[in-house]
Amino acid sequence: MEHSGKIKKDAMILCDHVSKSFVNGNETAEVLKDITLSVEENEFVVILGPGQCGKTTLVNILAGLERASGGEVTVNGKKVTDPEPERGVVYQKTALFPWLTVEGNVGFGPKMAGVPKKERKERTKHYIELVGLSGFEKSYPIKLSGGMRQRVGIARAYCNNPSVLLMDEPFGHLDAQTRYLMQEEVERIWSQDKRTVIFVTNNIEEAVYLADRIVLLSNCPTTVRNEFKIDLQRPRDNMSSEFLRLREEIGRHVEMTR
Amino acid sequence: MKEKKLKYTLISVASIAAFLSVWYLVTDVFHIFPSSTFPSPVKVAQAFIRKLTVKTPDGGTLATHLAASLKVALYGYLLGIGIGVPLGILMGWFRKVDLIVKPIFDLVRPIPPVGWIPLMILWLGIGMRAKATVIFVSAVTPSIINAYTGIKQTNSVHIWVARTFGAKSLETLIKVGIPSALPMIFAGLKVSLGASWMALVAAEMLASTEGLGYMIQMNRMVGKADNIMVGMITIGLVGAMLTWILEKLENKLVKGGRTK
Ligand SMILES: Nc1ncnc2c1ncn2[C@@H]1O[C@H](COP(=O)(O)OP(=O)(O)OP(=O)(O)O)[C@@H](O)[C@H]1O
Ligand SMILES: [Mg+2]
Repeated sequence: MEHSGKIKKDAMILCDHVSKSFVNGNETAEVLKDITLSVEENEFVVILGPGQCGKTTLVNILAGLERASGGEVTVNGKKVTDPEPERGVVYQKTALFPWLTVEGNVGFGPKMAGVPKKERKERTKHYIELVGLSGFEKSYPIKLSGGMRQRVGIARAYCNNPSVLLMDEPFGHLDAQTRYLMQEEVERIWSQDKRTVIFVTNNIEEAVYLADRIVLLSNCPTTVRNEFKIDLQRPRDNMSSEFLRLREEIGRHVEMTR
Repeated sequence: MKEKKLKYTLISVASIAAFLSVWYLVTDVFHIFPSSTFPSPVKVAQAFIRKLTVKTPDGGTLATHLAASLKVALYGYLLGIGIGVPLGILMGWFRKVDLIVKPIFDLVRPIPPVGWIPLMILWLGIGMRAKATVIFVSAVTPSIINAYTGIKQTNSVHIWVARTFGAKSLETLIKVGIPSALPMIFAGLKVSLGASWMALVAAEMLASTEGLGYMIQMNRMVGKADNIMVGMITIGLVGAMLTWILEKLENKLVKGGRTK
């Protein structure tokens, strides 16, 4: 199950010896150190890492929002230099536009891409339905609960038809109950509408529940510690003995990185 | 919700009624102050009605003075926000504009708008243009500052969202920067309005032959306190009304609450 260090050069996403340091005045903070990982098409990869280890930084580099200090990221063999609509992002902080309705938020990407109004409407409707928010099309984010907002964030990312979805701790500040619910939702959405997903979390259970493969990160300066293939059948039962065994085993590895 | 609103209205009405009663008591009932310099509310109301038709002693009816004031104020105000808001937005969004404009702006800003009056009289005389320029100066500063700050405070994640969806800088400004700065921009418009209205009265007292400020000034010279109060109350009411209109507009345009 554990297989570390092997990367496939022909994978869809290739994160090749990526490092990142932030320079503040004459202080340099090394955040990412030689991160190498690969993701296959339609694979659900969970990046599991402790708080403040540079997970958001890594997502931003994958998205093209931030430049790596060393190494490079390629998607389908093409080097990532700028953000692109083909890589959708669900942000850690719910970043809905408060001045737009649910509909307006979800349809924002297609609008920027110049999709004609009729098609845009249909697509928007489809994804609002998919995340279970029908009836809230005209609501403003301020009226929605945290869980609903994240659903809108997911629909917004999906609606632009990206081939890759980057999700940065999307459920980080939801209560446990809502979190379970959202995990089931994400699993369901992904099963219905397959994409390549990179999902970031610091929650082991969430990782085991969702991942085809877990990439375990170390503390800062961050490197890839380990990888775990999760071969459990979906949808998973987080009470099954197999699930609990995996969770415990990965938990031990996480302890070791502390 | 409805009950709360009713309660609020009742309290407002009661407080105004109490104010008028006290005013009435200290003037017409107990004659604490001489009525020539401190007229009662009844006297002021009478003067108000008289001033609707009578032109003496200041050469115009209330309506003509009000129209003159509004005209100057709107010219100066619209010009001020029309230049100030776009300039503030551009300064907030484009670093180059910021670098070029900011030093000049920082130097000019501390001069109180009323301080421009003497120079404006010298340059433009005591007509419409001098007054409108002073009002322009009052309106432009808060518009710039608020639009600038609003744009600067744009949530960086919002900008990322737009960029990942392929928006270019100008598009991002229009679709993300400006909508997210809109509450701040409106706050600036309100501050600008208040400042304009104040500067207007000052300008009219110093450099004018018409308008509400001029009316107050002329009535001071002939010692007619009731007419002065009519002018002051009109200035207050119209100022409040203009703010109210702006707030209605804001409620229409600023959607989804004012949180970032
Ligand atoms: N633009 C920046 N300039 C300087 N330092 C930064 C910058 N962005 C991030 N950092 C630093 O890099 C480190 C990692 O930040 P990052 O947000 O990527 O971590 P994270 O794992 O996503 O954290 P969290 O668990 O809170 O989500 C932090 O110490 C942070 O202070
Ligand atoms: Mg983070």
